[in-house]
Amino acid sequence: MRLRRGPAGPTPTPDPSRGIELLGVGHAYGERMVLADLDLRLTERRIGVVGANGSGKSTLARLLNGLVVPTSGRVLVDGLDTATAAREVRRRVGFVFQDPDAQIVHPTVAEDVGYGLENQGVPAAERAERVAEVLARYGLADHADHPAHLLSGGQKQLLAIAGVLVMRPARIVFDEPTTLLDLVNTRRIGRLVDGLDQAVVVVTHDLELLAGFDRVLVVDGGRVVADDRPTPALAAYRALMADR
Amino acid sequence: MTLALYVPRTSPVHRLPAGVKLLVLLVLGVVVFVVPTLPAALGTLLAVVLVGLGAARLPVGLLLRQARAVAVWAAAIFVFHALATDVLTGAATAVRLLALVLAAAVVTATTRVTALVAVVERLCAPLRVFGVRPARIGLALAMALRFVPLVAERADRIREAQAARGGRVRGPRALVRLVVPLLVSVLQLAHTVGEALDARGADTA
Repeated sequence: MRLRRGPAGPTPTPDPSRGIELLGVGHAYGERMVLADLDLRLTERRIGVVGANGSGKSTLARLLNGLVVPTSGRVLVDGLDTATAAREVRRRVGFVFQDPDAQIVHPTVAEDVGYGLENQGVPAAERAERVAEVLARYGLADHADHPAHLLSGGQKQLLAIAGVLVMRPARIVFDEPTTLLDLVNTRRIGRLVDGLDQAVVVVTHDLELLAGFDRVLVVDGGRVVADDRPTPALAAYRALMADR
Repeated sequence: MTLALYVPRTSPVHRLPAGVKLLVLLVLGVVVFVVPTLPAALGTLLAVVLVGLGAARLPVGLLLRQARAVAVWAAAIFVFHALATDVLTGAATAVRLLALVLAAAVVTATTRVTALVAVVERLCAPLRVFGVRPARIGLALAMALRFVPLVAERADRIREAQAARGGRVRGPRALVRLVVPLLVSVLQLAHTVGEALDARGADTA
């Protein structure tokens, strides 16, 4: 059952101070309930989400920018409902996928970074400038015209992140951004996330990545079972996993 | 995977508008079939190689890789014609194929995909009256170029996984056993790519 959309009305004025709100959210794929009873308000700059495989954390991540619309309840980003203002929500919330190969849609590096800007209708000259600036910032300037499929795993993840950052979203959701990476690249992505001006929500199995975060949610069986500062939340997560 | 892609250079061929290069490619394709002689085919091949290596300053390896990719087909065409018609016709047909493949490689190596896509979108613009969205055709073209090597890579991974567990990697049975897991993998990839397009603001509605 999909959320019934209300009659089309004027889009409310976005209010960034509201952050991301989940109001009585549940989600099911067919008969299978993957998330239930979520009431959250995400306003901190650094939020981590941990949980076992199949716990529902990737679905939770996808709810935050409207890639998945909840089957019950509402998700609001800066006051905008993801069910009715999906395009505006996605301008505000970038999304970095676990597998960069699925996110890179153009054959060469610079063209792929420019893709999101093209969708936003940014003029060609400004597009080229912003693409060059982002590529330089993330050490990909020398690869601008390289075929994306020839990049290393770490470079592909950097490219995927650059493709999101160039769109200048206010928040970014990362879905297991380091799962496919080696230690060096994991640390590089960790430093990159730390240095971002944007608010981030990072879904991860890499608990080290969450050091210094403001808040960590522990998801289990489709529910948030712990919601605290990183140290107590991760201790709760370890205790939960120790029993399995 | 031998897929010719843009090779950055500052040559006059690179600076030519994408539409002009595609038009030249089209004219070349027509000419080699209208004048089906060996000298014409050899002349075209020579011209393409000179433009590619000389004017466009492309690496020799790029053209060699493209030539190698069609070598088996060119040889098969030559043998077929040598048996069915005569050696000269066989040679002319094989050289014609080679010339056109190399010409296409020169165009793709000297033109950014976004420029090619823009031409395709302009050409498809009149189809708007039938409800066709040119931007989608352009995106499909760019994504085809992006995902061909990726799908080939996934096929290699499946073959390796099957070989590691004692499976055959050659022959018709191996091909059948490759198709199903590859299809599943590609469908999963397509689902995530669809989400990624949404996340990056594509108009997929």
